[in-house]
Amino acid sequence: MAIKRAQLKQQKQDALAARQPVLSMPEGGEWITAARKDAAGRLDAMGLPIRRDEYWKYTRPDAFTSAAPEAAALADDAGAQVFEGVDVLTVVFRDGAFDADASDALALDGVEISRLADAAQADIHWAKDIYGALETAGQDPVERPLAALNTAYATDGLVIRATGAAAKPIHVVYERSSDTSDVVLHHVIKVEEGASVTLLETGAAGARANTVTEVTVADTAAFHHVRSQGRDQERQLLTHMFARLGSESTFKSFTLTPNGKMTRNECIMELTGDDAIAHVAGALMADGKDVHQDDTIFITHDAVNCESRQVFKKVLSNGATGVFQGKILVKQGAQKTDGYQISQSLLLDEDSQFLAKPELEIYADDVACSHGSTSGAIDEDALYYLRARGIPHRKAQDLMVLAFLAEAVDEIESEELREAILRRIRLWLDLEDDL
Amino acid sequence: MATLDDEIREGVDRETVETVRAMGGTYKYGWDTDIEMEYAPKGVNPDIVRLISEKNGEPEWMTEWRLSAFERWEQMEEPDWAMVTYPEINFQDQYYYARPKSFETKPKSLDEVDPKLLATYEKLGIPLKEQMILAGVEGAEDMPAEGRKVAVDAVFDSVSVGTTFQSELKKAGVIFCSISEAIKEHPELVKKYLGSVVPASDNFYATLNSAVFSDGSFVYIPPGVRCPMELSTYFRINAENTGQFERTLIIADKGSYVSYLEGCTAPQRDTAQLHAAVVEIIIEEDAEVKYSTVQNWFPGDEEGKGGIYNFVTKRADCRGDRAKIMWTQVETGSAVTWKYPSCILRGNESQGEFYSIAIANNMQQADTGTKMIHLGKDTKSRIVSKGISAGQAQNTYRGAVTMHPKAKNGRNYTQCDSLLIGDQCGAHTVPYIEVRNNSARVEHEATTSKVDDDQLFYCRQRGMDEEEAVALVVNGFCKEVLQALPMEFAMEAQQLVAISLEGSVG
Repeated sequence: MAIKRAQLKQQKQDALAARQPVLSMPEGGEWITAARKDAAGRLDAMGLPIRRDEYWKYTRPDAFTSAAPEAAALADDAGAQVFEGVDVLTVVFRDGAFDADASDALALDGVEISRLADAAQADIHWAKDIYGALETAGQDPVERPLAALNTAYATDGLVIRATGAAAKPIHVVYERSSDTSDVVLHHVIKVEEGASVTLLETGAAGARANTVTEVTVADTAAFHHVRSQGRDQERQLLTHMFARLGSESTFKSFTLTPNGKMTRNECIMELTGDDAIAHVAGALMADGKDVHQDDTIFITHDAVNCESRQVFKKVLSNGATGVFQGKILVKQGAQKTDGYQISQSLLLDEDSQFLAKPELEIYADDVACSHGSTSGAIDEDALYYLRARGIPHRKAQDLMVLAFLAEAVDEIESEELREAILRRIRLWLDLEDDL
Repeated sequence: MATLDDEIREGVDRETVETVRAMGGTYKYGWDTDIEMEYAPKGVNPDIVRLISEKNGEPEWMTEWRLSAFERWEQMEEPDWAMVTYPEINFQDQYYYARPKSFETKPKSLDEVDPKLLATYEKLGIPLKEQMILAGVEGAEDMPAEGRKVAVDAVFDSVSVGTTFQSELKKAGVIFCSISEAIKEHPELVKKYLGSVVPASDNFYATLNSAVFSDGSFVYIPPGVRCPMELSTYFRINAENTGQFERTLIIADKGSYVSYLEGCTAPQRDTAQLHAAVVEIIIEEDAEVKYSTVQNWFPGDEEGKGGIYNFVTKRADCRGDRAKIMWTQVETGSAVTWKYPSCILRGNESQGEFYSIAIANNMQQADTGTKMIHLGKDTKSRIVSKGISAGQAQNTYRGAVTMHPKAKNGRNYTQCDSLLIGDQCGAHTVPYIEVRNNSARVEHEATTSKVDDDQLFYCRQRGMDEEEAVALVVNGFCKEVLQALPMEFAMEAQQLVAISLEGSVG
C-alpha cells in the first residue's frame, strides 16, 4: 500500500523530533542568533529526510538523522598529509574543536580570516549577508533540511574574506581522536571582486560530521577548492557546498573520497553573473561493502554565456556503493549556456553497485547541454594488453584505475595540487615505488 | 552535389512538407460525431463499477476483481512527481461509461453497425472493412498492396465497435477481439494473464483503470505462429466529459510474432478529458512483439484549453528466454502525457527496445520515457528518445535502467536527445541508472540543443520558408525513431511531426 503524503510528512517530523533534543544552539551575537533562529524555523517546517524521500532515493539518511552517531573506530592513516610539501596556512579542527596549538596564526596576505565562533560574538558582521542566506536559497526547489540544521546548530568554522590574491592556500585539517564525536561546522567564504583564494580540506571531521560551506564569488573573482576526505573507514560525513557566482568568476572544486562508511557530498551552485565558469569534479576509491558514497550536484544557470562542468569518476570494489545525482537547471533567458556532465564508474567485482540520476532541466533554447553516464567492469582488452607486456594482473588493474581516476583529478587547475592528489592515489594503490 | 530534391527525398518525404502547407495548423481530427449516446451516471463508486461489469456481461470473478481494485484506488493518492501541472481532476464529475445507443444489443457483425459510426472511422482514415491496405494514410494508395493486411479493433468511447479480419485470423489460430468479448469467450486466458504484468494495485491510474475499464483489445498468438497480418486498435473518444479507460492484453506464446499498431484521436473540446489506459504484454520464449503507437489525442488549443490527459501504463513482460519486445511511440497529441512503456527482461537473453518521439507544442506537457528492468542473464536493451519542445510546452524524458545482481552481462544503451524551438519552452531529462552487477554495461547519453542555424540557413537558401525548414530538420532529428516504425505509421508520423510544430516558429 502506498504511503500517503501526509504520513511521509509526519515521518519527517518524527525524524526531527528524534534528532533535535541532542542539539543546542550556541550563544552568540545578534546577527548570528537571528540567522540561527531562522534556520531552526526552516528546519521545523521541513523535518528531516527519511528513506522515502526522492532526494535520498539511493542513500539512506539515517546515519545523519539518528540522535547519536554510530561509534567509529579511529583510522591508522587518515591521510591528512595529502598536501605535504605545499606551502599553506594550516587551520586544525580536532573533533570539531579549533586546535590553536596545531594551527598557524590566522593571518594571511590578501585575506581576512577568523573563526566563526569569534565572528559570532559580534553583533554585526559582514558574514551576515552570506551565513544561512545561500543555504536558504538552496532549499528551493529541493529541500535540504540537514543544511538548515547545520546553520542553526553549527558550533564553529571559518569566516574568510578574500580581498586580493591570497598569498597561499588555506588548508583546513580535520583531525579526529574520538570514536563518537558528532561535529557540526559551518564555513563562510566571500571572495571580493577580482580576488582569489584556494581552500584545501583534508581528513574526517569527526566520527560523524555535518559541514556546510557557503561561498560567494564576486565578479571576476576566483575560488579553488581541493579536498581529500580522509582514508577513514568508519566515519560518516555529510557536506554541503553552496556557491553563488558573479560575472566572469571562476569556481572549481575537486573532491577525493578514499573510503568512509558513509559520505554524501552535496554541491549547490548558482551562476548569477554572465560568463561565469563552474567546475566540480570528484574521484572515489571505494573498497568494502560498508562503503557508501554519494555525490549530489545541483547547478543553476541564471545568466548568459556561462559554462558548467561536472566530472565524476568512481572506482567500486568489494561490494561498495557509489551514487551520483547531478542536475543542471538552465533558467529561461540563460542563453548560450554550456553545460557538461559525465559520471562514470568502474565496478571491480560482482557485488559493487553504481546508482545514478543525471538530470537536465532546461528552459532556454540556445544552449548546449549534455550528460553522459557509463558503468561497467574493467576493460579486459586493455588489461590483456598490459599483462602481455609483463605487468602482473593486480598492478595492471591498479594502473587502469589510476588512469580512470586521473581524468577527474585533471580538473584541478593547479599543477602542484593535482600532483599532490595523484601522488596520494598512487600511494594508496601501491604504485608509488614504480612511477 | 546533391540537389534540393535529393535532399528532401533522403531526409523526409516531400509530401510532409506539402502537408504542412495544406494543413494550416489545425487539429485534423477535432470534429465530433453526432450520435445518440447512452451514459452511466456521472462519477465513480462501487455501483458504477458493477454497472460497467454488468453492461459487459462479465462473470462474477471479473466483477470482484474490479471491485477490489476500486477499493484499493480509494486509498491511493494521485502521483505528483511528474513534471506536469494541471488543474485538479474531479474524478466524480465525469462519465465512466458511454456507448452509442445502437449498441444496446451488440451488433453481430460490422454490417449491423450504425453507419454513422462506420462513417466516423472512414473519416478518420480507418475504414472498418476488410481491405488489403490500411487506407487513409496519405500515399498508401500508391504503395504496392501485396498482401499488406491490417486487422483493426475500433474502440469508440467505452465500447469496441468491431474487429476486422477475425475469421481469417482464426484460421491461423490467432485470437483478436475486444477484451469484453475475451472475458466471455476465453476466460481461462484472461484469468491467467490479466493483471499479471500491471497488477491491479500498480499505480493510481492503472488501479482506476482496473476498476472501470470498459473495453479494449485482446490478442493471443499461439505457439510458433507468425501473425499473418498487422493488428491494430484505433481509439476514438467522442462523448464529452467522458473518460476513456481501455485495457489491452497481448499474449505472444512461445516462438510467435506479432506487430501491433495503436492510434488515437479525439474531438476538439473546451474541457479536458481523461484517458487512463493499461496495456499488458506477455512474451513467452522466443516470441517477439512490436508495439507501435501514434498518439494524436486532441492536444488542447493554443491557450491550453481542453485536450486529453493521457495517463497511461504500458508494460511488457519478457517471460521466456530470448523473448523480444519493441516499443515505438510517436507522441504528438494530448494536453498532458504521463506514459512510460516499460520492459521487464526476465528471460535470459531477452531484449527490450524503446524508440520514442515526443513532440510538445503550444501549452502541451509531456512526461514520458521507459523502464528497462534487467533480471535475466545476457539481457539487452536500447533506448532512443527524441524530445521536441516548441511554443510554451514542457517535454520531459523520464526513464530507468536497472541491472539486477543476477542480470549478468546485461547491456543497455540509452540515447536521449532534446530539441528546443523557441525560448519559452522547456526540455528535461530525468534518467535513473541502477547498476547492481559489474558484468553489466550501461551507457547513457543525453544532449539538449536548438535547431541548428546552419542547417536552417542551408534549407532557407534553397527557397524553403522557415517552417518548412524546421519541419525538415526535425524530421532528420527523429529519423532513427521513424525508421523503427511500420511503414504506414512511419508516413503518418512524419506528417504529424511537421503538423505538430505548426506555428512554432516566426
